[in-house]
Amino acid sequence: GALGAASVAGPALAQPLEPNTFEEITTYNNFYEFGYDKSDPSRYADAMQVEPWSIKVDGLVDNPGDYTVAQLLEGLTPEERIYRHRCVEGWSMVIPWTGVELADVLGKLGVQEGAKFVAFETTVQPENMPGVQAGVLDFPYVEGLRLDEAMHPLAILATGLYREPMPKQNGAPIRLVTPWKYGFKSIKSLVRISLVEEQPPATWNQTNPHEYGFYSNVNPSVDHPRWSQATERRIGGGLFSSRQDTLMFNGYDEVAPLYEGMDLVENF
Amino acid sequence: MAAPGALAQRVNGWARRVPAWPLYAFGGLYMAWLFWQALNGVSVEPIDWLERAYGITALKFLVATLAVTPLRKFAGVNLLKFRRALGLLVFFFVLAHFLVWAILDVQALGAVWADIVKRPYITIGMGAFLLLIPLALTSNNASVRRLGGAGWRKLHWLTYPVAVLGALHYIWLARGFAIEPLVYMAILLGLLATRLPARRVAAA
Repeated sequence: GALGAASVAGPALAQPLEPNTFEEITTYNNFYEFGYDKSDPSRYADAMQVEPWSIKVDGLVDNPGDYTVAQLLEGLTPEERIYRHRCVEGWSMVIPWTGVELADVLGKLGVQEGAKFVAFETTVQPENMPGVQAGVLDFPYVEGLRLDEAMHPLAILATGLYREPMPKQNGAPIRLVTPWKYGFKSIKSLVRISLVEEQPPATWNQTNPHEYGFYSNVNPSVDHPRWSQATERRIGGGLFSSRQDTLMFNGYDEVAPLYEGMDLVENF
Repeated sequence: MAAPGALAQRVNGWARRVPAWPLYAFGGLYMAWLFWQALNGVSVEPIDWLERAYGITALKFLVATLAVTPLRKFAGVNLLKFRRALGLLVFFFVLAHFLVWAILDVQALGAVWADIVKRPYITIGMGAFLLLIPLALTSNNASVRRLGGAGWRKLHWLTYPVAVLGALHYIWLARGFAIEPLVYMAILLGLLATRLPARRVAAA
């Protein structure tokens, strides 16, 4: 990747981003495989088996197969990316990820003509995942990006945060991060990457298409049916922290050309 | 009414000796303790935590309030003297829940109103809160006398829609399949079902 952390901060930012603490980032999570309470992932994710780990790459690629994380990242140098993270529920954090650009990984895999979308899948380990046993969602958790979104330099596959290996509750050993979209698009603990022709299913979109669109770009002017998306609360401000305005594309205006000519109310 | 068993008699004997006022003290202290925890790092998102804690506590007191009558009817346990305090604690925790939401969470009067009008689960919660207000206002002996026993009892049927609306409010809040809100709804509906006339239950 050619972009450093400083250059991806986004023009909307007057001041540098102050990351949330490691504790905040690792104790307040949505990872429904471990339960629906924010504290469930940090409580239960320890049981997840991440060694050995295998990622199946298939579909319209030149180099399909089963990859280890090391094989997938071979030849690429992980870099730090300090990104804002906006949850669809109306809270946000700033997280110092370590990762590589998804585009570089896809470049290695060799995207074939005809591929229009990238589909992702999270591991399912029922015996280690109380939320899977409880049927909180229809697992495995799946997500997808349009190919041009996936190729955008802001999209990364992250393997760590705060320069440490990715904590399990944050999606060890490797996860997607798309900072201009609501957090649930940034699928965790990847076991499959498929290049496909048709728009792939996305878990929340399938669970409740009325509330969660395929694109799910952060957009202060399109409300969630049950709450406003105009403002957000930055985690870490305590009991009396005030709300702040949510920015279009979470402040990452450089992705706007991806959606030129699209109705973002219709394609929410 | 069931004849009280040995255990029920012991509970009744104990209930006769214990006054109801410590319940208010307990409720107030518990509310303050939750607030203190929210101030002191119980969660990295203390506003959401406190809002939920007050809401859940209100539902728990609601279950306790609605359990008093069936306990007497089916087990002969008489805790009637505690019911007013339990019911008032429901009101005060719902009030606290509402205030945390409006002042600490939403933070703007216009947005509070917009949410109440626009978001059905909030409309429902607000409805339950409004129905609780006349109950709280008439929870004194003077009001009971003024309304008369029958009138007062009739007014307190409002508790039943409050229970259903409160549980529905909780269910509607969840993303994905959450079991706890459904458990509360089941318990509350169960407690309401015990109030159906006996012959209808027998005929079923």
